[in-house]
Amino acid sequence: MIMNETKPNGALAHRVTELSLNRTELALLERSADEPAWLLSARKVGRARFAELGLPTLHDEDWRFTNVAPIAKMVFKPRLEPGRHGVTEKVLSRFPFTALAGGQLVFVNGQFAPELSSLALLPAGVKVMSLAAVLATEPALVEPHLCRHARADSNAFTALNTTFFQDGAFIYVPAGQAVAEPIHLLFVSTAKDHGTTAHPRNLIVAGRGSRVTVIESYVSLSDAAYFTNAVTELVAGDNAVVEHLKFQDENQQAFHIATVAAHFGRASNVVTHSIALGAKLSRTNIYATLAGEGLECILNGLYLTRGEQLADHYMVVDHAQPHGASHEYFNGILADKSKGVFHGRILVRPGAQKTDAKQTNKNLLLSDDATADTKPQLEIYADDVKCTHGATIGQLNDESIFYLRARGIPREKARRMLIHAFAGEIIDRVRCAAVRQELDRLVWDRLEQNQKIEGSP
Amino acid sequence: MKQPILAIQNLSADVEGRQILKGINLTIYPGEMHAIMGPNGSGKSTLAAILAGREGYNITGGEVIYCGQDLLALDPEERACEGVFLAFQYPVEIPGVNSTYFLKAAYNEIRKHRGLPELDAMEFLAFVTEKVKLLHLPEDLLKRPVNYGFSGGEKKRNEIFQMAVLEPKFAILDETDSGLDIDALKIVAHGVTTLKRPDNAQLVITHYQRLLNFIVPDFVHVLYDGRIVKSGGKELALELEETGYDGMIHATAAPA
Repeated sequence: MIMNETKPNGALAHRVTELSLNRTELALLERSADEPAWLLSARKVGRARFAELGLPTLHDEDWRFTNVAPIAKMVFKPRLEPGRHGVTEKVLSRFPFTALAGGQLVFVNGQFAPELSSLALLPAGVKVMSLAAVLATEPALVEPHLCRHARADSNAFTALNTTFFQDGAFIYVPAGQAVAEPIHLLFVSTAKDHGTTAHPRNLIVAGRGSRVTVIESYVSLSDAAYFTNAVTELVAGDNAVVEHLKFQDENQQAFHIATVAAHFGRASNVVTHSIALGAKLSRTNIYATLAGEGLECILNGLYLTRGEQLADHYMVVDHAQPHGASHEYFNGILADKSKGVFHGRILVRPGAQKTDAKQTNKNLLLSDDATADTKPQLEIYADDVKCTHGATIGQLNDESIFYLRARGIPREKARRMLIHAFAGEIIDRVRCAAVRQELDRLVWDRLEQNQKIEGSP
Repeated sequence: MKQPILAIQNLSADVEGRQILKGINLTIYPGEMHAIMGPNGSGKSTLAAILAGREGYNITGGEVIYCGQDLLALDPEERACEGVFLAFQYPVEIPGVNSTYFLKAAYNEIRKHRGLPELDAMEFLAFVTEKVKLLHLPEDLLKRPVNYGFSGGEKKRNEIFQMAVLEPKFAILDETDSGLDIDALKIVAHGVTTLKRPDNAQLVITHYQRLLNFIVPDFVHVLYDGRIVKSGGKELALELEETGYDGMIHATAAPA
């Protein structure tokens, strides 16, 4: 796929709206003619929507803090062919969450790598497999959900993903089943060329009263400026208990755009975490639709940036039914000249009475050159609700440092303890102990590493 | 005569150009408990802060000798390792830092400084579980973040608990009594009294005489306008209770 930066859109800056397809992509589109009609139609809509929307610019309200012009300027390379690309189990073992008891599905450059994947024994009826495989064998299983929750309407990147996705993970937990161990979905890029693009597409369906924990991680084995454009649709049925963790640690040149489109049923309990450590530019969109009464969800996130990284979280929490609780907690630790962006919109629809919506975004600036932009947005159309939001941007509290020093803890150690604690507030909300411990160690190491880099001349 | 734990000589200090301490003289020997009383703005908390090493104060004159060394030349953490402890008037809430982790880090820094081996997590837990009983604090406090979500009384008791764990040679209690109800006050006073030993010393800073009903100091000093205007035994606190600060200052100033 090659994008041309062409049509000026009125007085605004150039928008990328045309996709000129190379041979590989055309072959892909032809091949996808074997796909079910509903999917072809969704792809067609996606392509048309992308043509209309184009890539967003700073003039778009939802993108005013995050400039995706570098993505627009990329000459996109055709995606890589399926294969291991030299990836071995040993190589993968350096990445987090690869030793968890539940096993993992591995995707290399967006393509499923069955020989690198292995899963623990799953309860009857539970499916953990490649999306392409289920589309080929049991499309009826995905039809009620795929492309229904991640709408291409307003998000050009989702439109692009819908148009071009080839594969990703499919997890299906039937009603009443519980998967004890966390399932890990590992997306590893080996892209050597600037602009290599992958559009992973995941669908996670937790049936009525089921329980499951899923980790999606995005990591690199290269240092090229490739582009990941992922979309995950997450469906929690009535009374389902779901923990979902998205872990992004792409290389420092990479671009990462991801959307988590979640749909929660009555009395479900869902916590979804987003941990952003890597990429030159990352943006995670979370659209949560609280579609049933009396459900509880937590959106929890942590971003650590250094150098000139930018980490952006954008979310829309849509309270469509009464007695729903949504709590959002996002903390950012920003070093050097890096930038954190948080945009949280809470929508309480008419009739969604007794909604309890809370949103907190805290940013810790470790240098004078780091910046944070935070934008809460409440839209409330019901009159008996509790909605709060709070945002802070600041440096380490001198009084806290003095308190620790007055107990004998050296200044530098006190500083690190406080930074770690700031991350710990978020990490502590991870329910699965094995995942939490691994994440804690990893974040601690990364903070130490970022400090060293920051401290060096 | 034995060496004083603390010898403050003619200490003067200002904050942002405003002179707060105007020549403090105070000598404290091992085994002694001193109380400094004074009205708001007299310089009590400034003195406590300077002794603990808080930044933002400008020492304009005098010196502080702690166990034979220049206290003001040390960083706050060095002072703590040498055995200085400040019970904060406003203990700081630190969300995300577990109380046990924090105390173990502090305790081990001090042990390291003294050339003693560090305690591991199990050893430390056994050690603090004993101490926590002294202050009638719930054991689950050890699992909670430092001071986070504690009541005012719990925060103050937590300060004395930390003092019990860190076993300082010289403890400064900055208005530890303020905001405490009578039961909490008794617990704090009992803790402080229990921790008094022949080889350590305590400096209790308070606005009210109330605390001194439960903690009996060996010496009482009245601080007014940056100077110690009167010193005496524990009876001075009672006298102060009757006359009030104004009465006493007036009586002290009149003969001059």
